[in-house]
Amino acid sequence: MKIVVLMKQVPNKDAILRVSGDEKWIEEGDLSFEVSESDGYALEEALRLKEKKGGEVVVCSLGPARVKSVIKDALARGADRAIHVVGDQLQQVGPYATAQMLAEAIRGEQPDLVLTGLQSDDHGYGQTGVILAELLGLPHATIVIEVDYSGEQLRVKRELESGWYQWYTMQTPALLTIQSGISQIRYATLKGIMAAKKKEIREVQPAGDAATAGEFQSVERIYLPLKQKQTQFLGDGDAKKGAAQLAEKLRTEARVI
Amino acid sequence: MPNGILVFIEHRQGAINKTSFEAVAAAQQLGAALGQEVSAVVLGADASLAGEVTGYNVARVVSAESQKLADYTPDAYADALEQVVRARDPRYVILPHTYLVRDFAPKLAARFGKGLISDCIRMKADGGEVTFTRRLFLGKMDADVIAKGEPPVFASFQSGAYRGDQAEKGSAQVESLAVEVGDVRMQPEAPFQEMKQAVDLTKADVIVAIGRGIKSQENIALAQKLADALGGDIAASRPICDAGWLPIDRQIGSSGQTVAPKLYIALGISGAIQHLVGMKNAGTIVAVNKDPEAPIFDIADFGIVGDLFDVIPVLTEEILKMKG
Repeated sequence: MKIVVLMKQVPNKDAILRVSGDEKWIEEGDLSFEVSESDGYALEEALRLKEKKGGEVVVCSLGPARVKSVIKDALARGADRAIHVVGDQLQQVGPYATAQMLAEAIRGEQPDLVLTGLQSDDHGYGQTGVILAELLGLPHATIVIEVDYSGEQLRVKRELESGWYQWYTMQTPALLTIQSGISQIRYATLKGIMAAKKKEIREVQPAGDAATAGEFQSVERIYLPLKQKQTQFLGDGDAKKGAAQLAEKLRTEARVI
Repeated sequence: MPNGILVFIEHRQGAINKTSFEAVAAAQQLGAALGQEVSAVVLGADASLAGEVTGYNVARVVSAESQKLADYTPDAYADALEQVVRARDPRYVILPHTYLVRDFAPKLAARFGKGLISDCIRMKADGGEVTFTRRLFLGKMDADVIAKGEPPVFASFQSGAYRGDQAEKGSAQVESLAVEVGDVRMQPEAPFQEMKQAVDLTKADVIVAIGRGIKSQENIALAQKLADALGGDIAASRPICDAGWLPIDRQIGSSGQTVAPKLYIALGISGAIQHLVGMKNAGTIVAVNKDPEAPIFDIADFGIVGDLFDVIPVLTEEILKMKG
């Protein structure tokens, strides 16, 4: 069985973000990056399926040279090889064009399963996987929290809203978008890190016009969210003082004590 | 020539999802600003649920019908709605940003060679140009987005972005449309709830909620003491329940419970959209976070920028003193 896992690199979750000069994106210069959370779970699920059924896990990431760190980490955790779709200045590229580039990069692999996270932690479109499934002619399921591929049939448990779930039986090959928390993510071992150095990372250049094809939106401006409430900040940097003030405010102003 | 606005009405287990009426309100406002009529579309095996939308101010309720639409599948919904969109040729297709819409709408948009402007929190129509606003970076940034290219424009709105009770009432007729649905490559089983919800947080007056900032399972006892002092319940954001530190029935947010207590204290929760939709209607919201830019502060009445381990013991003690 061959599983392709799509992984995206995003700014670190705890990073303080600053809007760039042209107000179209953020300053990336001093940022640290990590893999988008749910993509990490997609890799873990792929590795577990491989352990049960055998086969190969191919990781694929789109972006500039720095995404190599995501790829190398995935290889160290146990992916067999990687495809790096090389592209700079992709911040404004929407999910359709992204899916087109990824489709061209992995079509020839003819995977049995394509796994990716349910949405990225930067743009948060939540569309690339589903559009990719359509472009590759695959059935898909989103927000998957359990994969049962023990027999011939693929059965997946999807999360619905408000604590509801639903199982689907799927035809294969198929594409699944994985929810965070599906399992515990393994760490890379020293042995894994050493083994990763010998694994193949194939670079692919997307066609020249791929990044602008199917552009259906234009980001005009990004900015810090407008505050919805006038927040009273307490303590002025002294958290203990803030806590004492808060107790008083809860009693006298909010009247909840 | 493309004309009008089409709004997608979602239903589950025989009932219209109330976020659908929020989408109706959004579509009506867009229609009023652009001078475009609004049509609603309901997919199903028959027209029974379409009748529940005729009480709204829309030009028509299109009931797209096929036996294959009795249960939701992304294949069937994309096929059916593609035909409705091609038949009606609207300028805009408005959808509620639910899990179901997330599952099929990108596939539908891809049939038109595009994606959708997803998870919008507001829009503004100025002289015919519509600006959509959506959240980036888990709520840390907003982006103003305009549509490019040929209609239709697909846009989905986050739950709570518009108010369903502000959807204009009126009277409309159902227009049935038989649709052809092709191969459905997935078979759904009946939806179910994982376990009996042991805890019903929707009835709690006070909720003390913890996020990643709590750092370890052992530290939850501290937050529990605060909850006890307040006579409240403990709850959590998704990562805490994913880690198994608290059971899933304590989870607040789009995949957990939606609550509106009198007091909500968020400790070490950054405030991703998925969490905020579950608690933003609380009466008084308190946020404690070491990151002054955490989105949770955007909706907080009271905020403390600092270490929650400094805050919790003092706050607990002060409250116990007040309660005598």
